[in-house]
Amino acid sequence: MSILVNRDTKVIVQGFTGSEGTFHAGQCIDYGTQIVGGVTPGKGGMEHLGRPVFNTVKEAIRATGATVSMVFVPPAFVADAVMEAADAGIELAVIITEGAPVRDMQMAKAYAVKNGMKTIGPNCPGIITAEECKIGIMPGMVFKKGTVGLISKSGTLTYEGANQVCNEGFGISTAVGIGGDPIIGLSYKQLLPMFEADPETEAIVMIGEIGGDLEIQAAKLIKEQITKPVVAFIAGQTAPKGKRMGHAGAIISGTAGTAKEKMEALEAVGVRVVVSPAEIGKAVKEVLSK
Amino acid sequence: MNIHEYQAKQVFAKYGVPTPRGIVAHTVEEAVANAKELGGNIWVVKAQIHAGGRGLGGGVKLAKSIEEVEKLAGEILGMTLVTHQTGPEGKLVQKVYIEEGADIADELYLSVVLDRAAEMPIIMASTEGGMDIETVAEKTPEKIIKVAVDPSIGFQGFHGRELVFGLGITDKAEQKKMIQFASKLYKLYMENDAEMIEINPLIKTGSGDFLALDGKMGFDDSALYRHPEIEAMRDISEEDEDEREASKYGLSYIALDGEIGCMVNGAGLAMGTMDTINYMGGTPANFLDVGGTASAETVAKGFEIILKNPNVKAIFVNIFGGIVRCDRIANGILEATKMVDVNVPVVVRLDGTNAPEAAEILKNANIDNIITATDLGDGAKKAVAAAKGE
Repeated sequence: MSILVNRDTKVIVQGFTGSEGTFHAGQCIDYGTQIVGGVTPGKGGMEHLGRPVFNTVKEAIRATGATVSMVFVPPAFVADAVMEAADAGIELAVIITEGAPVRDMQMAKAYAVKNGMKTIGPNCPGIITAEECKIGIMPGMVFKKGTVGLISKSGTLTYEGANQVCNEGFGISTAVGIGGDPIIGLSYKQLLPMFEADPETEAIVMIGEIGGDLEIQAAKLIKEQITKPVVAFIAGQTAPKGKRMGHAGAIISGTAGTAKEKMEALEAVGVRVVVSPAEIGKAVKEVLSK
Repeated sequence: MNIHEYQAKQVFAKYGVPTPRGIVAHTVEEAVANAKELGGNIWVVKAQIHAGGRGLGGGVKLAKSIEEVEKLAGEILGMTLVTHQTGPEGKLVQKVYIEEGADIADELYLSVVLDRAAEMPIIMASTEGGMDIETVAEKTPEKIIKVAVDPSIGFQGFHGRELVFGLGITDKAEQKKMIQFASKLYKLYMENDAEMIEINPLIKTGSGDFLALDGKMGFDDSALYRHPEIEAMRDISEEDEDEREASKYGLSYIALDGEIGCMVNGAGLAMGTMDTINYMGGTPANFLDVGGTASAETVAKGFEIILKNPNVKAIFVNIFGGIVRCDRIANGILEATKMVDVNVPVVVRLDGTNAPEAAEILKNANIDNIITATDLGDGAKKAVAAAKGE
């Protein structure tokens, strides 16, 4: 078991033949992901990485039965691609593209929700079910199979957290990089209950950062619905006010969205909050040894 | 990207959002000429910098004669204005906006921002204009009216009614004017990919007209490519020189006031590294995200920018190599040390793909001031010790 994706998941790649799409789709195939084809408008009928290329998502679904799309389309066209996937009946779109205009993503997300399509990202490393299915750009070898679910706004902190968990002798069930843009798809709120329901997952690591209030909402949800132990880290305790730290989401204004506020909210509902990401592995060991 | 008040008002004018008349000036002579051109007998001289709180900082002054305009423009131009948003170092005033005086009967607040939770733009309004809106939100949250507008239907009549009744506007003509004002502002927000528009205060004049007395606008950087006329308003003198230089090389850099320079891949891990240094008793000198593809050139540029800061006593390079292999990064670091004179201890932690090979490369290079670390905690500890000269 795992959440959202596993070894049977059939995946297409939108933006398949571009340089990013080609490189990462190749890496996913090597990992064992069932990449069943790709979409590049105008290149339908070709073969790429030994997989068929289609002009439209609808054609790709008809021919391959894919349910998930990994999106590498450039920022100016990514909303269009995501809406096409939703329209065609894709169940989950994993949007890797960085630099998508916020207004475009707002529209694409609203359309995806209306069509019942889940989204992850944009501007994220993707999702991986350890040793089964990698849909994204994360280094596969870091994620050894195990019982810890991981949700993170940050890409490299996802790898850092997973690596520590594995070094402590545990492993990962599924890890999801949700991205830190102002508009994102699946977040703690949807993913925490999925991990709670997954029999394979025994503990959850959540990595957040300053800005927005998703972690505060997560704290409320943990109190009401989550019985499995949760370890959390919030990046940006030392970030200066009002400064932008790479992610568009990491903006603090006034007191709303500070690391301190989020850490306190999570601690108050029994989450094991660590002050440094270097402590994630140890904290997981601690909560799982209880 | 942010723009100045006078530029925001140019954008407002294009959309028919009413503002007092005004002209920007770069010199005292221009300021005087502008005041004469505007006419009347009362003017406001306003410092143009990218920060709020200008009035309290002494950057906005009323002039009752041309001589006074001359005197005030002379004082404000060239001053270093310190407000609660500039930081203690303040900002140099290079432009002033000369605006006609307005007849203020009432001060309101109006803004349009993205509501992340609702995932749509939200119009915020308040009768408490002229005050810091965060203070209003904290002390009297009931005085803030929030109207979310779903872009799939756009600004409708009911949005306008919620606003005017919420603000307690009862006069029919005034209601109509305010609804038009808000509707135009929403249109402007959407069409220009604005991130934020704030008007504080929005004034009601004695004759019942609404005017934007101030204007702050920020735009979504990712969408600037489709708004060349907005991008042309960029004022690079308002941006930090090192941050700008770094961005040319795909590096994201922000100077801080500590002693340990940081070079990290990924924004989250970069912030996490700063937090860890702090936790270990040190102070980060900067935030620096080298991005997904750390090469010898970007690493060298990173060293160069970090070392410009005289407070830096040690550097902590913390890279989690994923797709980029650590052995390559190790070689990049070695090459970078040949390109730039690195005169402080450098703690290097490379983890992820090919990390053992990378450790071997750094060890064999045998460079005096390179200290290797096994993990994030170890690296931060060693960097803190190195900065203290231990």
